[in-house]
Amino acid sequence: MAEKKSLGKEFSKGLIRENPVLRLVLGTCPTLAVTTSVTNAIGMGVAATIVLVCSNIVISALRKVIPSKVRIPAYIVIIASFVTIVQLLVKAFVPALDTALGAFLPLIVVNCIILGRAEAFASKNTVLYSAVDGLGMGVGFTAALCLMGTCREILGAGTFLNGIQDLLVLFGDNVLGGWNGFDFNGGLSAVGLQPITLFILPAGGFFVFGILMALANKIAAGKGKPKAELHGCAHCPMAGSCAKYAAENETCEEKKEEVAS
Amino acid sequence: MKYLIALLVMGLLTNNFVLSKFYGICPFLGVSKKLNTAVGMSAAVIVVMLMATAATYPINKLLVNHDLAFLQTVVFILVIAALVQMVEIVLKKFMKPLYNALGIYLPLITTNCAVLGVVLLNVQEEYTFIQAMVNSLGAGLGFMLAMVLFAGVRGKMEDCDVPEFLQGLPITLIAASLVSLSFLGFSGIIEGMGLLG
Repeated sequence: MAEKKSLGKEFSKGLIRENPVLRLVLGTCPTLAVTTSVTNAIGMGVAATIVLVCSNIVISALRKVIPSKVRIPAYIVIIASFVTIVQLLVKAFVPALDTALGAFLPLIVVNCIILGRAEAFASKNTVLYSAVDGLGMGVGFTAALCLMGTCREILGAGTFLNGIQDLLVLFGDNVLGGWNGFDFNGGLSAVGLQPITLFILPAGGFFVFGILMALANKIAAGKGKPKAELHGCAHCPMAGSCAKYAAENETCEEKKEEVAS
Repeated sequence: MKYLIALLVMGLLTNNFVLSKFYGICPFLGVSKKLNTAVGMSAAVIVVMLMATAATYPINKLLVNHDLAFLQTVVFILVIAALVQMVEIVLKKFMKPLYNALGIYLPLITTNCAVLGVVLLNVQEEYTFIQAMVNSLGAGLGFMLAMVLFAGVRGKMEDCDVPEFLQGLPITLIAASLVSLSFLGFSGIIEGMGLLG
């Protein structure tokens, strides 16, 4: 099956057609939590992409060695190891990002995108394809985070790419002449306006995500695609290993009633 | 004592785990369609959170004493996964009614970021054992409160005439935004009650 796919397609599907956030509705927690600024969004996206590509490569390379009964714990250990590596690197080289992301950096471990890709793709495909799939999904995740971040930061804080030097620190001091993002607050207050703080508050996160989701559904509907939907268990990466949640949400509810009766 | 009450109120209201800290959004959106499933799921989360906190606290002490603190993420997720499995087996064998009520949600909880999140937060904030347990309880109750409230909101929403492009997930997210907005009203309650002394 892997032979018929082209690398380009594997990469590009994660960007739009199967965008992990807006189409597959995975990884909602970090999407909502870290998108108060574009800088955080980029940082989170890049960290998750690194973990995704590395874990996809290793899981795919080991796919014939790992017994299928213990595959989920094995995947979790592999993913957790890479998350720890990334966490230590971020702590050492981009300390400001570590502070900004807080617990959401180690929480990449339980990000459904990564376990989901391991289960759905890397465990069935060759190393090269899995790496490209991981990269595509990671870039799609980063793009969706940046889109959320852009909306929220411009509307909520009146800035864009604020604090970007925190990330650019990786490439040395004062890259881009110490440029630290746009700030529209001066211009705004000159015409008597203020940013809408609500958008960087949690409520604004849910709101922006809802509107973006509606837009994505609208565009998908125009192309005859079904709308993105969260099916309780079906999207859970554990579903495959969990007999009770074999199928979709409906089945869960039925099973639950069966068990209860 | 005051500090413990403050922790509990923070987890429940001002820093609600779901609505202001964004932990456990997947079950929040996925399992909140019906009130009884929402209650079952959140009860299971509370139990697992408390057990995970109790189990990881001594393990973390051990890791820190041996300069292995960098292994926290790997060890914690494994402890939680093993714990969830064990709870499921024990419930299935000895407490069938409880298993029927809570057990079926257990496999979902391993990858619930609320559980790992609260454990990591306890470590980051360097809480004592009691404080960590109270914090976990507050977080779990906050999760339950959000789930139950939101299940009610979604129940009401079923009868509404929602524009086509908003149907499904978008309107659910916007409703979540409004519920989250209402929790903003609690900000300042800790200072107001003088709980942080």
